[in-house]
Amino acid sequence: MLLFIEQLLNGLQLGIMLFLMSTGLTLVFGIMQVINLAHGSFYMIGAYVGATVALRTGSFLLGVLAALPAAALAGMVVETLVLRRLYKKDHLDQVLATFGLIMFFNELTRILWGRQPLFMDVPAWLSGSVEILPGIPYPSYRLAVIAVGIMVGVLLYLLFTRTRIGMQIRAGASNREMAGALGVNIRLLYTLVFGLGTLLAGLAGVMAGPILAVEAGMGESILILTFVVIVIGGIGSIRGALVGALLVGLVDTLGRAFLPVLLRLFLSPAYADGAAASLASMSVYLLMAAVLVWRPKGLLPAHT
Amino acid sequence: MTSGEFSQTVLNLKPKVSTPCLTDAVGPVGRRCVNRKTIAIAISAGLLMVLPIVAGLTDEPYLVTLASRILIYALAAVSLDLMLGFGGMVSLGHAAFFGIGAYGVGILSMHAFEGTTLFNGSLAIGGSQAALVVWPLAVLLSAAAAGIIGALSLRTTGMHFIMITLAFAQMLYYFFVSLEAYGGDDGISLFARNTLPGLDLGDDRQFYYVCLAALVLFLFFSWRLVQSRFGMVIRGCRDNERRMKSIGFPTFRYRLVCFIIAGAGAGLAGALIANQTEYVSPGLMHWTRSGEILVMVLLGGMGTLFGPVLGAATLLLMEEFLSIYTEHWMVFLGPFLVVVVLFAKQGIYGILAGGNGNHG
Amino acid sequence: MAEALLSVRSLVKHYGAVQASDHFCLEVARGELHALIGPNGAGKTTALNQLSGELKPDSGEIYFDGHYITPWPVHRRARMGLARSYQITSIFDRLTVKENLSLAIQAHNGHSFRFWRKAGDDPATRREIGPALERVGLEERADIPAVSLSHGEKRQLEVGMALVGRPKLLLLDEPYAGMGPGGAVELTKLIRRLKDEVSILLVEHDMGAVFSLADRISVLVYGRTIASGAPETIRADPAVRQAYLGDEMPATEGTDA
Repeated sequence: MLLFIEQLLNGLQLGIMLFLMSTGLTLVFGIMQVINLAHGSFYMIGAYVGATVALRTGSFLLGVLAALPAAALAGMVVETLVLRRLYKKDHLDQVLATFGLIMFFNELTRILWGRQPLFMDVPAWLSGSVEILPGIPYPSYRLAVIAVGIMVGVLLYLLFTRTRIGMQIRAGASNREMAGALGVNIRLLYTLVFGLGTLLAGLAGVMAGPILAVEAGMGESILILTFVVIVIGGIGSIRGALVGALLVGLVDTLGRAFLPVLLRLFLSPAYADGAAASLASMSVYLLMAAVLVWRPKGLLPAHT
Repeated sequence: MTSGEFSQTVLNLKPKVSTPCLTDAVGPVGRRCVNRKTIAIAISAGLLMVLPIVAGLTDEPYLVTLASRILIYALAAVSLDLMLGFGGMVSLGHAAFFGIGAYGVGILSMHAFEGTTLFNGSLAIGGSQAALVVWPLAVLLSAAAAGIIGALSLRTTGMHFIMITLAFAQMLYYFFVSLEAYGGDDGISLFARNTLPGLDLGDDRQFYYVCLAALVLFLFFSWRLVQSRFGMVIRGCRDNERRMKSIGFPTFRYRLVCFIIAGAGAGLAGALIANQTEYVSPGLMHWTRSGEILVMVLLGGMGTLFGPVLGAATLLLMEEFLSIYTEHWMVFLGPFLVVVVLFAKQGIYGILAGGNGNHG
Repeated sequence: MAEALLSVRSLVKHYGAVQASDHFCLEVARGELHALIGPNGAGKTTALNQLSGELKPDSGEIYFDGHYITPWPVHRRARMGLARSYQITSIFDRLTVKENLSLAIQAHNGHSFRFWRKAGDDPATRREIGPALERVGLEERADIPAVSLSHGEKRQLEVGMALVGRPKLLLLDEPYAGMGPGGAVELTKLIRRLKDEVSILLVEHDMGAVFSLADRISVLVYGRTIASGAPETIRADPAVRQAYLGDEMPATEGTDA
């Protein structure tokens, strides 16, 4: 029971990270109709900048505060130089160009920081655990991540439904020419949206720092999961991203934790462990396949 | 000339006067005449034929191994071009079939060496080193995987399709990583190359010619394919699938078959790479490998069949030579790729052939 | 009385809160040119998409040539003789004119799982490509990539492709859109010629063309057919006049475009 609650929360925490990653990506997909493979690179930039600043200054918070603008700025620069020219092009061009960006960023990080992974420590004030239920301690840091994610979710909701800029974004999404004719600076808007997306990715990256290793190529593994989240949730839909992220986070974590136990009920231990490992690694993709068969456009597709 | 006009011309959006014909013959794709394009192909073919001899004379056996690698990746790239350049299906998971073909060879080789069987009891299959058994099997396995993945993915289009093919390929990657019995992340080392009656594939030169034969055969088959009724349907689907349906074509089944054929081609390439390196690992099907093959197709010229051969050669040679100067050559290749995509879409083949943008 | 070629009964289609088709009904008799008109936003495109099979209705029935085709996919309807021409020219840009038409011929001549022989060598294609090119008047331009044709030539090809399979019913989607007066004259001549070969459902805004060509007219407003009958009846119908606010109805008898 203890284990189950713990794993449930871990799944939630992974889901929150994925939510942060996929919000930015699904916005870019839905609004600008651009497929951006390099999104993982901003996650990586956030992690690297955050880790470096944290190590230099000894303050985790400073690391986070440095990572956010770094990721946002990097995103806006990339948008202006490269992405902007891809909006009118077909998806293949976008894939290839952003693939080139991945190569560039990965190698750049190797040049600047070397091949050894960086390690970020969990800040002292978050290194304990909290008793969320009597007798069930859970790492404070992971709880903090969950809390941050929920806060961000609420902020985004307010941003899109209550502010002018949020309305402009939604207007730009549904009818670009009209919004432009009404005086909305579409170019600037797109840059800002992209920057928001990369900021969120950077946030996910810096928060992941203490949990995973900070190394070149770290963006790619989470990028694939992010794609799965978006396919399951529905392209362009933030609600879909939330649902998809939670589903993927939970299925992946719970699968890895409990499939071996489950399979041992039916198979011999040797086979069970092997099969469980294979099945656990494929579980999210099988989930995606199942959703596709049932709902090709995702669970909560955005209305166009 | 404004930058707009410049890109328009470079991107061949404005129809230009086509390169003059030297004679009148039907060339690689549709109506073409013998011109710079066919000459480029002829010269390349000639060079490829004599390469091992040249390598022998200059005592650089390494050239032969490098060239074999190029031929094998060229085969993978041509198979992708069938799906992508002619069928309009942007798949980011092509390396999955490449890897499956390779693992087919690797697994059967391992069992042959150890004298064990795949599965147990009534389903037991012994290992084998015979190319005539193992290679068709590898192709069949890749085709089957392509059938399953294609059947699921082709229900979607555009961005969805790209992401889904990517996800399925990664799924297979993680699956093979989890297979401890077959080396997991470390993969399998083959103890020897497969055997073909009458030949010694262990001899690099003979192996090279086998790879060359495979590529040439596949190119020829693909050339006939794209002009056939089937090929025309595929090309129509690329241009306008909606219209294809409304004139009466059940497009799904044709695109699926195209996907399967492309997967089979990649599987053959995979079987060859397993032999060439005498090693298979999950890295062969990682999505970044799919990306590399995609880059080869782009660099060489999409929808041209022969272009991807040039693209494979270009990319692999660049890797070889740039890595002599710096281990960080990718930091240059990345932006180079971006520039090519933005400004030189027709690829090397297009440039060489003085393309009028009329590919397929 | 012969059974109608196309019989549409009570099609309903919702988009969220918007009702695009509200029990839409229509009958097209064999050999007739039936025009479907209505103000902008009336749901004509939605109706047409449900007829061609590109859109699934929420409820309702469609009968074509004696078959219940409501669940049929697009390609099956096409092979049964229900052809469609699109408002925004929909052709195969990168293929030549000849290849465009050959594909249309190929669609109606068996399956295409033939991987070796050249498509152009097919007996059916060889036989029919000449007449097909002649019918669209593009013999001289046969080997030009379709993207390089002029606007008018593209539209000819567009319609020509729909006709290759000798369809029983042709769905014509606003063919006069964006046409200058010269093009419109040519188009009317073409459609007149077609009337002998094929039944036509013409969705159109150009009232001059509609009233000079149509045997019967149906009027669609807010997804519902409010009137259907001979041109004179429609012209005189007060409900129709009101729907159009009297703007586009020609005051005099049959203006030939």
